[in-house]
Amino acid sequence: MLKIREKLQQTEVWKSIFRHNYQDTNRNRALQIVDNVFLHLHPVRIPRHATNIGYTWGMGGITFLLFIVLTVTGVILMFYYRPAAEYAYEDMKYLMNDVAFGPLIRNMHRWSAHAMVITVMLHMFRVFLTGSYKAPRQFNWVVGVLLLVLTLLLSFTGYLLPWDQLAIWAVTVGTNMARATPFLGHQGPFGPQLGMRIDNDVRFVLLGGTQVGPPTLLRFYVGHCIFLPLIASIFMAVHFWRIRKDGGISGPVSNDRE
Amino acid sequence: MNHVWELVRKPDNIPIVALLVFVIVYTWWAFHKALKNDRQGYLDEARLSEKIQVWPNLVRVEFLASLFVMVILVFWSFLIDAPLEEAANPTLTPNPSKAPWYFLGLQEMLVYFDPWIAGVVMPSLIIVGLMAIPYIDINEKGNGYYTFKERKFSIITFCVGFLILWVSLINLGTFWRGPGWYLFFPWEEWDTHRVVALTNVDLSEVFGIHTRRADYSLNPAAIVFGSAVILGYYSLIGAYWLKKRNSDLIKKLGFLRYNIVAFLFLTMTALPIKMILRIGFNIKYILVTPWFNI
Repeated sequence: MLKIREKLQQTEVWKSIFRHNYQDTNRNRALQIVDNVFLHLHPVRIPRHATNIGYTWGMGGITFLLFIVLTVTGVILMFYYRPAAEYAYEDMKYLMNDVAFGPLIRNMHRWSAHAMVITVMLHMFRVFLTGSYKAPRQFNWVVGVLLLVLTLLLSFTGYLLPWDQLAIWAVTVGTNMARATPFLGHQGPFGPQLGMRIDNDVRFVLLGGTQVGPPTLLRFYVGHCIFLPLIASIFMAVHFWRIRKDGGISGPVSNDRE
Repeated sequence: MNHVWELVRKPDNIPIVALLVFVIVYTWWAFHKALKNDRQGYLDEARLSEKIQVWPNLVRVEFLASLFVMVILVFWSFLIDAPLEEAANPTLTPNPSKAPWYFLGLQEMLVYFDPWIAGVVMPSLIIVGLMAIPYIDINEKGNGYYTFKERKFSIITFCVGFLILWVSLINLGTFWRGPGWYLFFPWEEWDTHRVVALTNVDLSEVFGIHTRRADYSLNPAAIVFGSAVILGYYSLIGAYWLKKRNSDLIKKLGFLRYNIVAFLFLTMTALPIKMILRIGFNIKYILVTPWFNI
């Protein structure tokens, strides 16, 4: 067996895939991070407190993990779901009753979504309490706030898609606020004076109608599956990049620079 | 007590229960660490500052955390089904109609403010205010470690905003609000026929100035009174500045930053003030104008 493995490791194919061996040396440990497209997001070395869950709570990382879970389960759900009012609810029933592992996938999607909102909040709470938004990380905090807003919008747009009573009424309550937008809503301060009506104000644009209906479903679907995840991914890339560029994970100033 | 159990085990409410538990545990934990750092005169974080290899030290933690989260998630998803109610019916409004749980704080604000404030202005100010934090907090201390004594004002303000005005209002909206958005104890059965006679008055009426005249047109005196109260409230910004303008902190903040901090702070505290006025004294509006009410 050992011989076969040695032979295998000498082949061109093996060498082309794995750039270094697995001996436990500091050089290999560094290469393990630098040579790997997924791991090279990390620095090679970090202060020990960055691995201490008591300090970081791990909430940022868990949020990213949940985003990946949501992407995978979300894509699977898209195979079974049509965003049209006459099909959407039937597809949900089909998914929950007849599709193999359908309920598991949908449950994972919904519970991850709820969990992600919680972990984002807790991540923000931790970053605040450790003062990690202070110089030089001010801008990354701003990006983080945008990601929090995007997370809430992703969750909110997804809330409508089951097209059941819970969905449309929760979204109705939420979007009714838009009517009251100052200047831009037909019930908002100075809205009527500026010519806002129920069929041309900002809520109308949001819903594609005067109430939550089939056009809203399509709008929220496209926003939920394409537009918002895309924007969130871009901001996430910036967020992670800036952690590195702003000096890595926050810590007491003495070891900030090295 | 059955009703508590019913509320808590509703599939969509489980995350909120989890949120409450998490928030309490993490707040306790963070303050435990902060007070420890403050007390002992050195930082625990600084003691853990030697550099270590990411592989395997950090990657191992990430892997184990991922495994842990995935196991919980799979078990949770096997055990509890996501809710699917009857098909959407625009003609049948459920009572109560609740927004998704993370917006319940905003929905709760609707009791105290008109929708343009509770649903548009306040959320916008929350987002803008959060983004402004790094630029208006000029305290250089407390960067990258847990502490309380070095940044008391910012930590207290944030904790009031997050723990009381955000998380506990979510709790209130989920477990304490029933049909008609009336207050119910969590262990109380929801009575869908409950009607509460609301005798809300405007603030000016407490002082004998009627909001509307006999012909139902607005009373200019009430508008003047209401405007004076609101301007008076925000003129605290200037009053405090006059009193403290020579202090180091205000000088370091500068004119613009001071005004932003003071405005955001007063706007945040306006919510609990309005809650007390509304719940304790049945005050509806401070100011009524033909275009908007506050």
